[in-house]
This record gives sequence, structure tokens and C-alpha cells, in this order.
Amino acid sequence: MSADKMVDSSAFPSEEENNAPLLTVKDLRTTFTTPRGQLTAVDGVSLELSRGETLGIVGESGSGKTVLSRSIMGLIPRRGVTQSGSITFEDLEIVGASNDDLRSVWGAKVAMVFQDPMTSLNPVVRIGRQITESLRLHTSMDKAEATKRAITLLSQVGIPSPDERVKAYPHQLSGGMRQRVMIAIALACSPRLLLADEPTTGLDVTVQAQILDLLSSLQVEMNMAVILVTHDLGVVATRTDRIAVMYAGKIVELATTKTLFSDMAMPYTKALLNSTPRLSDPSHSRLVAIDGRPPDLISPPKGCSFAPRCTSATEQCRSAAPPLTPVPGDPSHLFACWNPLPGGNAGRVATTQGAS
Amino acid sequence: MTDVLEHTFHGEDPLEELVAPKAHRKPKLNWVFWVFLSWIGIVIVTSVFAGLLGLDDPTNQNFEAINQGPTASHILGTDDLGRDILSRIIYGARVSLVVGFGAMIFAMAIGGTLGMVAAYRRGPVDNLVSAASYVMLAFPALVAVIAIVSFWGHEIWKITLIIGIASTPLVYRVVRASTLSYATRDFVTAAKAQGAKDSRILVRELLPNILPAVISFFLIGVASVIILEGALAFLGLSVDAPTPSWGNMINESRTYLSDNPWLALFPSLAMFLFLISLNIVGDTLRSFLDVQEGKL
Amino acid sequence: MAKFLAKRLVALVGILFVVSIGTFLLIHLLPGDPTVTILGPSDNAHNRAVLMQQLGLDKPIFEQYGIWIANVLQGNLGQSFVTHQTVMSTLRHSVPIDLELVVISQVIALGAAIPLAIASAKRPNGLLDKITTTTSFAMLALPPFIIIVVMVMFFAIDIHVFPGPGSYVPLMEDPVSNLHTMILPSLVLAAGSVVVYFRLLRGDLISTLQEEFIVMARSKGLSDRYIMWRHALRPSSLSLLAAAGLNIGGLVAGAFVVEYLLQLPGLGYALVNSIQQVDYLSVQGITLFVAVVVVCLNFVIDFLFTIVDPRIARD
Repeated sequence: MSADKMVDSSAFPSEEENNAPLLTVKDLRTTFTTPRGQLTAVDGVSLELSRGETLGIVGESGSGKTVLSRSIMGLIPRRGVTQSGSITFEDLEIVGASNDDLRSVWGAKVAMVFQDPMTSLNPVVRIGRQITESLRLHTSMDKAEATKRAITLLSQVGIPSPDERVKAYPHQLSGGMRQRVMIAIALACSPRLLLADEPTTGLDVTVQAQILDLLSSLQVEMNMAVILVTHDLGVVATRTDRIAVMYAGKIVELATTKTLFSDMAMPYTKALLNSTPRLSDPSHSRLVAIDGRPPDLISPPKGCSFAPRCTSATEQCRSAAPPLTPVPGDPSHLFACWNPLPGGNAGRVATTQGAS
Repeated sequence: MTDVLEHTFHGEDPLEELVAPKAHRKPKLNWVFWVFLSWIGIVIVTSVFAGLLGLDDPTNQNFEAINQGPTASHILGTDDLGRDILSRIIYGARVSLVVGFGAMIFAMAIGGTLGMVAAYRRGPVDNLVSAASYVMLAFPALVAVIAIVSFWGHEIWKITLIIGIASTPLVYRVVRASTLSYATRDFVTAAKAQGAKDSRILVRELLPNILPAVISFFLIGVASVIILEGALAFLGLSVDAPTPSWGNMINESRTYLSDNPWLALFPSLAMFLFLISLNIVGDTLRSFLDVQEGKL
Repeated sequence: MAKFLAKRLVALVGILFVVSIGTFLLIHLLPGDPTVTILGPSDNAHNRAVLMQQLGLDKPIFEQYGIWIANVLQGNLGQSFVTHQTVMSTLRHSVPIDLELVVISQVIALGAAIPLAIASAKRPNGLLDKITTTTSFAMLALPPFIIIVVMVMFFAIDIHVFPGPGSYVPLMEDPVSNLHTMILPSLVLAAGSVVVYFRLLRGDLISTLQEEFIVMARSKGLSDRYIMWRHALRPSSLSLLAAAGLNIGGLVAGAFVVEYLLQLPGLGYALVNSIQQVDYLSVQGITLFVAVVVVCLNFVIDFLFTIVDPRIARD
């Protein structure tokens, strides 16, 4: 890998390799043992991701999206946790993998951008070293080469005067710059998959847009798959290929981005969309919040988890949990609802289901 | 000194806590704590009411029973002058208790009050007293204590007073730091805005908040003072014979180690048990109360 | 940074000045008449008056201080009336012993505390952690004098096996017998220090290991060992430094007791002897020396803080 390019040639594989999914999650269940009981944070999630694809995972706080992203990476602690199902990254089975196996892919093939750069960067280590240690671990670079590469990375993520900044400590940088450093660290070894967990929460709106645009452009350049986890539908609207909506540990809707917005099936997704404030809204518009609170994941209610808060809920919703089913005519669009939004293709399923 | 890291919730995602779990094992006041706390109580009560316990006179010499191991009439044996060890240990506790608690109470009264006032008022008084305490703390306390006690005299009240004075700067610093962390908080400003007098704020608002940390520091301080008194005894600078004290009992036992090891063992054990009780109770209280505070 | 240092140095000088006054007053305000000590209680008043004048004790106290401090700054701490040795030479002979004692004991203490703290912090409340924590509590309750007495008792170490004051041999002359003399005192002194280092480091490590940046470091594929030594210990080294600072007072006290009990001719031994012989000048000189050293050490540690944690220097 040459020092001044972000990419190595293996990022652009052959035709066949390109078709095999990079990441396959099958029926993943992650349960924590807490003093109050068993808490199932991820409850039977399945998804697939191909190279170069961007998947957005959207959900409120407590929906399990962070646990999902960390489970995918294999960063969940062992003690007090049970996992079932399978997560296959390239040919490695993540669930139950040994620490050595995991460490061989961490940083090199899959990397994570964490939410809060102030706490995710070691405050007493210079940022240069926080980049080069990854490089020196996974490649054969020596200190000088690694530092050179770190400087290149810093300039590619848009940090001015990178050769000076390389020696800086995290607290000497602004929030936006710190987040860029986090991205540089994650991308240092050109991973195949990048997991970005709320990468822009807490930043100014303008900075948010810059960071996300940066991620997008780097991703294209490196043919990197990205999973973008956020609570903000607005963030994923223009930057993802597909979106998965999560609620209470389950995926409740999964579709290509275009389809999600044009043919929304879930009342929950609609509610999420409505609650996102937009610059185009007239000033002093009231913020629309979704009534009620997320369910208790230790003893979840019978039936659909969203039923208590759903305006379209019926008796059926409260008694049985709806399965994830494809919309007729569009097998890539999945939803789990007894009463999907009328007017969309999913609505036709409901009529059929209701009749049976 | 490093600030105590405040444990904050990252965002509002309750699952976040699970993914990056903090080892918030809530320390309970379990049976270990109560056992040691009762031991402290037992020592205090038995030494205060020693006269009522029907013990032998601790200064009663009996040349027919020198350096005996434990027997029926002398449960822990006798020393080189035939005095009953058990009784000497119980009466000897008085010295440790008086010096230990006395010195710390003195230091708390003066250093503690000053610390609270200085932290609350700030300004020139705070700067002056803090500078003075820094200087006093820099000076090695033991040297000063040894020098003064040697030249002035080693009656028990003198020792207590001197050690008390020597401990004051540290107590001042600790209480001041504790108070400072609360004095700037909103509830104090709110009280002031309601027109509360300073003395009232200090007593009603600040004191209850710093009390947990102060109490555990107090107990650990008592342990340190008792050790200091023990060291003085070894230099011949504690209470004079025939008054028993744990320190001078252990010191005197050195000559007879081969003849009568019980002489060294029992007072050492007594001191050890009491010190460990103070430390464990003090430390458990501190971590127990720390967690409560963290749940702000 | 330089300005910061300069400010601190000025404060240091001020403190040292106050410390010297304090030491002087300490000795001079204490009861007891040096002339009685030197000449004996039965000598007559006239001789005493002459001696007073010779010693300069008839001058006002400020002047006495002035004379003394002027001498001190030139390196002259006076001459003991009792031993007829200069205080300086007493210092010259005893300080290396204390130095060696402190260095060896702290090396032992850190050598034990750091690995134990790391092992305990990896699994908080695990078996090893419980054992080490309980033991450290026990050690807190075992001051040096108890340890020595109990050790002698149980191991039947005749206190004369570890040689008396005359048997101390400087390191340069005979390393083997020097270390032979120093091992026991160093171990006893280390016992107290281990606890301080261990507890602080363990607490700090546990705290640090729960930080997000540790998870982040793991996600880069770094090994646990690397993370512990290059990421976790760094912020915690601050605690070690603080612990070292806190420990100085205890070290001085402990060293004195240990020296006295094991008859090691260090400063503590010299000081206690001087006090018992009512050798004011020696007491004054030794006390001043110890105080100055402690103050300077505290200063250095405070200063090192600013280097180790780059965030602190900003104020």
C-alpha cells in the first residue's frame, strides 16, 4: 500500500468477489444479563451487506442500534452476554470468534467510528500516534512511513496543517476536527467495512454535513461498505443505498432508500420522519414527538412492540407480533406490521392478511 | 491532584450503559463491614468501662507469675513483671483511643471548620490559610512531633495536642477540597438567593453533603494517629510506665521475645485488629457513599 | 511554561524561607537550657553566663536566626556540642544510607504494586483482586514496628543476625554485606508503600479501563497487553505520581522508625540520638535538611504533574 493513496488494489475485487455479500447477519440475538433480568437488546435481526454499499440503521435511543453495530463488529463484552445467530464477515464467523481472530480483522478489515470523539480518543496520547499504532500493527510500515501516511490521512479528512496537528493532543482540536481524526484513524488501513455509530451527534449542523459528505466521498473512493447508525432520518436520506429501521431490538422496515421514502410502509417510520425537524419547516413550528416511551426490553409486551404508541394499532397488533414480510412486487422491501400505511404497496398486503 | 472522574451517562441510550458497562458494583454494607464496626464499638466500650469488668489491676505486679503464657487465671498471660496482659491491653486501649480520637477531633474542629469557611468564602483569608497549610504540610510531621514531644514532655494530653496540631493542615486541605466541590453548586446559590445566612448555609446545606467523605477520612486519620503514637512509644516518647499502652507494651516485649512471645503477640494483635477495623469501616463507608453521590 | 516555572520557583524559595524560620523557632522555643546540658546541672551561674555568650544565646532571637541562616547558606550547619562532629559531616554520613534505603524500598514497592495492580484491574472483584485488596488492608494495619517485632518473633531472626550500627558498610566498599544490611529495612519500608501505590493505581486503572477510548483501542485490533501498557497506564501514571507525593511523609516517618529499630545509622537514627542527647544544634540542622528535601521533592512532583498531564499546564 503506497503512502499517498487511500486505497489498495484489493478494494476493487473481481466480478465474482463483488457479488458475494461482505457481511451476512442471520437471526442475531444479543441478550444481556442484568440485575433486573434478561435484557434482549437485539432480537432476531437479519441483514446483508455488499461491498461498497451503504446501509443506514435508524432508530430511537434504546432501539438496540448501538448494540447491533457493536455486535456486528464483535465488540460486545463476553461476561453477562449471550449471543445466538450468526454474523459472517467475509469468511469469519463473528459470533463466538476468538479474540485473536477478531483482532486480525479489527482495524484492518473492519473499523468503527465512535460517537463521542472527546471520550473515544485517549486524552494523553498524541493523535499522530493514535493513527500510526494501527498502521504499524497491521502493515509493515516503520515509524517514519506510518507518520507520513498519518499526515496524508489527516489532510485527506480535511485537517489543516496536518504535519503540525499530528503532534497535537485531542483537547487541542475542535469537536469537528476530532471527529475527522476519528475517521482518519478508522480508515487508516483501508478497511472493507466501516461502522459509523452516530458520527455526528453533538456537532454543529454545518459541521455534520461536512463530516457526512467526507465519509461519502471517501467511501466511494475506497469502495468501502458503510453502516451508518443514527436516530436522524434526515442524515441517512441522501447518503445511503438502503435503510433499516429498528425498534425495540428488531428491524421493522428494510428498504432501498428511495423506496423507503417514496413507499413508506410502517407507521413508525412515518412517525420518525414527522418528528425530524427540518430547516424548511416554518419557524416556530412545534416539534412533533412520538408519544410514549420505548418498551421495557426485559419484559417486552406481547404483540407488536410499537403497538402502545401507534396510532393505527388494532387488537391484532396487541396480541401477536407481526413478522417481517416483503412487500408484494418488491422483495427487497421488508416490513413488519399488521396495519401498514395505506396508499403504499404494503397496504395491499394488509388487506390480504386481514382477510385470512 | 487529579479530579475524581464523574461518571456521566453517554446520551440517553440506556443500552449504551450495557455495551460499555461501568463496573458499578454497588458496594453494600455487608456483614464484613458490620463485624468490624462492632469490633470498634466493643473496643471503645470495654476500655471505657474497664473498671466495671472485674479485671485485674493492670499495674499490679506479681512476681510469682512472671512471663507466663495463657493460663486459667490470666487468659492472655502475664508480662515480665507479672501483670495481667489482658487487663493491660484493655486499659491500654484507652491511650490509643484518647490520642487517636482526641487528636483527630481537635484537627477536625479547627482544620475542618477553617476548611469549610475558607472553601465557602474564598478570598484573601482562603489564600493565606491555604498557603500556611501548604507550608505546614511540606514540613515532615514526624520530625516536628518527635522534637516537640521530646523536649516538652510526653504526658498523654500533650501528645494528643501535638499530634492534633500536626494533623490540622491535612484535615483542613481535605475538608476544604470536599466543600469546594459543593460550594459552587446551584443549591448553594439558591439558598443564598433566598437570603439564608452564611452560617446556616454552612451547617444546613454544605455540612450534610461533605459529612460522608469527612467521616471516612476521620476514621482513617484515627488509624494513622494510633500508628504515630505507637512509633513514639518505640522511641520512648509515649506515656510512661506503668501506664499501659499498646505501643509501649509491644516495645517492652522486644527484650523478652524468646522467653515470652505472647507478650509481643497479643498487644500487636490488638492494635492490628483495631487498625484494620478502622481502615475497613472507613474505606467501605467511603465507597458506599461515593456511589450514592455519583447517582446525581 | 517558563513563566509558570518561574512563578513556582519563587514560591518555593518563599516556602523554604518560612520552613527555615519554623525549624529555628521550633528548637529555640522549646524548654530546656543548653548550658545545663553541656556543663551539667551543678555548675555555677557564672560559667553558664560565659557559655551563653560564647554560644551567642544572649543575643536577641532575630539576630540568632540571622547568624544561623547566614552560616547555613554557606554550608556551615554548626558543630555539635555533644559529639563534636560538624552537623554537615553527620549529614554526609547518614544521607547516603537513607537514599539507598528509600531507593531500594520504593523499587521493591513499585515492582510489586504495578504488576499486582494491573492483574487486579483486569478482573475487578475477581479472586486475585479480592486477595490483593484484603491483603493491602491488612498491611495498612501493620506499621513498621509491628512488622519488625512479629518477624523477629516468628522467624526467630535474632536481631543480631542483622548487624548493628557499626556493621553498616557503604555500598562502594562491599556491596554484598551492604545489601545484607539493607534488605530487611527496605522490605519493611516497602510494605507500607506498596499499599499506597497499589490501591491508587488499581482504582485508577479500573476507572480508565472503562473509558470509551479503551474500546476504541480494542477496535483497532491492538492487543490487550499493548492497550494496558500504552493506553491505560498513561493516564494512571498521574495517580502513581500523586501517590509518590503522598507517600513522602510516610516514607520519612517509616524510615526513621525502621532505622532506629534496626540500628541503621541513617538520618532518623542520628536525629533520635541527637534528641535524646539534647543536642540542639544537630536537631536543628537535621530537621532543616529533612524539611528542605521534603519541600523540594513535593515541588518537583507538583511540577512533573504538569508534564505528565498536558491538560494541567494550561492554567
